[in-house]
Amino acid sequence: MEFKEWKNFKPGSWMQEVDVRDFIQKNYTPYEGDSSFLANATEKTKKLWKTVLDLYKEERDAGGVLDISEDVASTISSHDAGYINKDLEEIVGLQTDAPLKRAIMPAGGIRIVEKSCEAYNRKVSDKIDDIYHNHRRTHNDGVFMAYTPEIRAARSSHLITGLPDGYGRGRIIGDYRRVALYGVDFLIQEKKKDLSHLEFSNINEEIIRQREEHSDQILALEELKVMAQKYGFDISKPASNAKEAVQWTYFGYLGAIKEQNGAAMSLGRTASFLDIYFERDFKNGAITEEQAQEIMDHFVMKLRMVRFLRTPEYDELFSGDPVWVTESIGGMGIDGRTLVTRNSFRILHTLETLGSAPEPNLTVLWSTSLPKGFKDYCAKLSIKTSSIQYENDDLMRKYWGDDYGIACCVSAMRIGKQMQFFGARANLAKTLLYAINGGRDEKSGKQITSKMVPVTSEYLDYDEVWEKFDNMCDWVARVYMNALNIIHYMHDKYCYEKLEMALHDQEIFRTMACGIAGLSIVADSFSAMKYAKVKVIRDETGLAIDYKIEGDYPKYGNDDDRVDSIAVEIVKMFMNKLKKQPTYRNSKPTMSILTITSNVVYGKATGATPDGRESGKPFGPGANPIHGRDTHGALAVLNTISKLPYKYAEDGISYTFAIVPSALGNNEKTRINNLTSLLDGYFAKFSHHINVNVFDRALLEDAMEHPEKYPQLTIRVSGYAVNFIKLTREQQLDVINRTIHERI
Amino acid sequence: MVGRIHSIETFGTVDGPGIRFVIFMQGCTLRCKYCHNRDTWEINSGKSTTVPELIKQIEKYRAYIDNSGGGVTVSGGEPLVQAEFVTELFKELKSIGIHTALDTSGSLPLSNQIKELLKYTDLVILDIKHIDNEKAIKLTGFSNKNNLEFANYLSNVGIPVWIRQVLIPGFTDDKFDLQKLKKFIDSLNNVEKVEILPYHDLGKFKWKEFGDKYELENVAPPTQEEIKKAENILEI
Repeated sequence: MEFKEWKNFKPGSWMQEVDVRDFIQKNYTPYEGDSSFLANATEKTKKLWKTVLDLYKEERDAGGVLDISEDVASTISSHDAGYINKDLEEIVGLQTDAPLKRAIMPAGGIRIVEKSCEAYNRKVSDKIDDIYHNHRRTHNDGVFMAYTPEIRAARSSHLITGLPDGYGRGRIIGDYRRVALYGVDFLIQEKKKDLSHLEFSNINEEIIRQREEHSDQILALEELKVMAQKYGFDISKPASNAKEAVQWTYFGYLGAIKEQNGAAMSLGRTASFLDIYFERDFKNGAITEEQAQEIMDHFVMKLRMVRFLRTPEYDELFSGDPVWVTESIGGMGIDGRTLVTRNSFRILHTLETLGSAPEPNLTVLWSTSLPKGFKDYCAKLSIKTSSIQYENDDLMRKYWGDDYGIACCVSAMRIGKQMQFFGARANLAKTLLYAINGGRDEKSGKQITSKMVPVTSEYLDYDEVWEKFDNMCDWVARVYMNALNIIHYMHDKYCYEKLEMALHDQEIFRTMACGIAGLSIVADSFSAMKYAKVKVIRDETGLAIDYKIEGDYPKYGNDDDRVDSIAVEIVKMFMNKLKKQPTYRNSKPTMSILTITSNVVYGKATGATPDGRESGKPFGPGANPIHGRDTHGALAVLNTISKLPYKYAEDGISYTFAIVPSALGNNEKTRINNLTSLLDGYFAKFSHHINVNVFDRALLEDAMEHPEKYPQLTIRVSGYAVNFIKLTREQQLDVINRTIHERI
Repeated sequence: MVGRIHSIETFGTVDGPGIRFVIFMQGCTLRCKYCHNRDTWEINSGKSTTVPELIKQIEKYRAYIDNSGGGVTVSGGEPLVQAEFVTELFKELKSIGIHTALDTSGSLPLSNQIKELLKYTDLVILDIKHIDNEKAIKLTGFSNKNNLEFANYLSNVGIPVWIRQVLIPGFTDDKFDLQKLKKFIDSLNNVEKVEILPYHDLGKFKWKEFGDKYELENVAPPTQEEIKKAENILEI
């Protein structure tokens, strides 16, 4: 195949069949310089952004949701074109016909849609009500028809939480770049070929499913063309220049977020792909740096405006309206060339042209081999905006090659070749309490798991509790996986991501992404049993409800092998149990150590723990220690985190770091040097992820009191960034009480 | 040989160049009224450790130290109180190629042991308590004689020095004192950097824990303007 839009591109196998990586490798220009080439925001950008900021304010004043399109069940092409200000927009396309107006997507669950509407004093139309209650089953309904009593019990006691059983699962990245590179007609043609490969003399259930899915994918691609047509674009052919390449890529993404309200709707790894088009335009003299930045600014503005309708309960779990438009930036190629391009700088530069923001979730794939100019620019922006997360490319490249992207927070996947079944997480701290109480809930006293023998001694014995914990983990892993198998079966059946999957290869590698919460609590609890004495306090029914610690014990987060090795043991043990479970579609079980902001909610639902944590107090987020227990400075914590084995937590290990500017050095140059050295040192130890926050506690306290002064104040929480003022008060306090490294 | 340490900080960024592994030694002879580490005074308190133990720990941070051009800083308390232990530590650090910095007030008599220690010291961060002797006695309980002699010795043997002056309104911010300090600094030929450390009272709570009276209760930290003024005099 040969398109005139491919003029001046170096040929390769990417021309015969879909292979975006091959196109990138043959055509991209690595950039080893610094940030001095970047241009400022244009007048047009400033004006447009001002309009968006005003809309944000209206949205906040309206209680968080500006408007809802409650009469239409959203599809790729359901809504008419919408604009912020048509005359100013270089890149167009909104989820509905007006900015920040939220769509409803009842296929995930009609109840959630109804509850969300009610929370904002709206009501879904009678027609939709009738369709989704009487004629069309939703994912949510399907799941609850199949849930077993033990799953329901584990779920309602918060042993297993955050399950995507009432909403879209997300964490699937369509390869949106394909829309720009090939145009939609070519993609349809290829999908038709794939379908013809699914003709067998004997057709079984799996083939039937695949044939239906492929047919669905083709329909989605046809619909995508209709959607673009509404904005006056014909995307059946490839993009012919940089602006079109950005627009086509965005249309691909836009189609996905019109169709799916997924928990995390990530973008992939687009910046250096798009750079190829910018470089070609530069060579033709068709574009200036100002124009290039303008296009990226307008693209990013759109990504900042992605909205989904969610319930207040959901907000409590994942606060601040996150959508995880994660864009993975930088990294190195397997041939040793850096994948940093000028456009990697441009997308980061939006934090300056438009100011800091939580979305898109800018994720730098860090390698110790990255060019110095790029490292310095990242560090500079982290110090200025606290809006970037870093993940270890040197580690992940070995697993996932050099064209993977991060979905959500820390989940790596090969773009267009891999997806995951998102599985939230099991509460290991509660699992430990159940082990001690023989499966009774420490708060309600109810028997949740099958009856097991509780600990009856006055003091906890390490070996005895470990054995019981190990047994309890067997039960949890089994029930947890059963729940996930049901959820993803139903999601595929009733809420299939047809457009996102249309932008994937035919052969998909699927992971079953489980997760754990409360790691540091369990590690510290066992450390307390081993190195101090833990006395059990029981109520009149014999239920252990509190613990008294006699003596001191080594605490997780201080680079002390005595306790860190326990944490490693827990990770391996639980992962090994997950591996044993049969999984839906033969997906490969993986595990994350990630809580997002739900560490607060988990804490609330979990009684006192044997590490001395009081009942109801928050967990440490992700792999973090409990607040205030890390007393040996920032690097000691980093060393602890780096001991957690990625091999047993391939879905990611999240660590959130906060430091006051003055503790990073006395001036900007020193701070940049120290931060890049910190990142190089941390990642050289095969650590996986770090959120970097640089701020003073006083700033956050002021922002709590005067939110109106800080509309754009962004901070990194576990795995994503949020507008600080959009967090619940409880979560704001949790952030403020966290260890912020400083020195007096 | 056993040393007594108060605590460690794995990510020090202000006490010397690059990322520093900072060891706070236990024990101090001075009794500075503004001390923010009141809990480091008692010589026999703290945690005992050995040089091999410390080296083993420091090695775990080698990557950070090397990447940033950092090193190890020994602070306190007053590290000279355990000069023999610190000498042994610095000797070991030099043999494995790690930059050493000593954060001290130099207010102990200049013994042979201290001179030996300085042979293995790449940088001294020297806290000048007060350039005026009478005021120094009032503020710290001791004369500044050793303090200044130490500075002169460092200048003579050519060890790089960062000079620090804590700026306490009403105590160390007198214009003539600062001018005198400037003159003294100019007489030294090894000064790489002069820093003003604005007084803060974040260590006040530690005095209360010891049941001691905090005499600077009513002293506010210096304003930006006052800091600027002092910096102008010291030509920073």
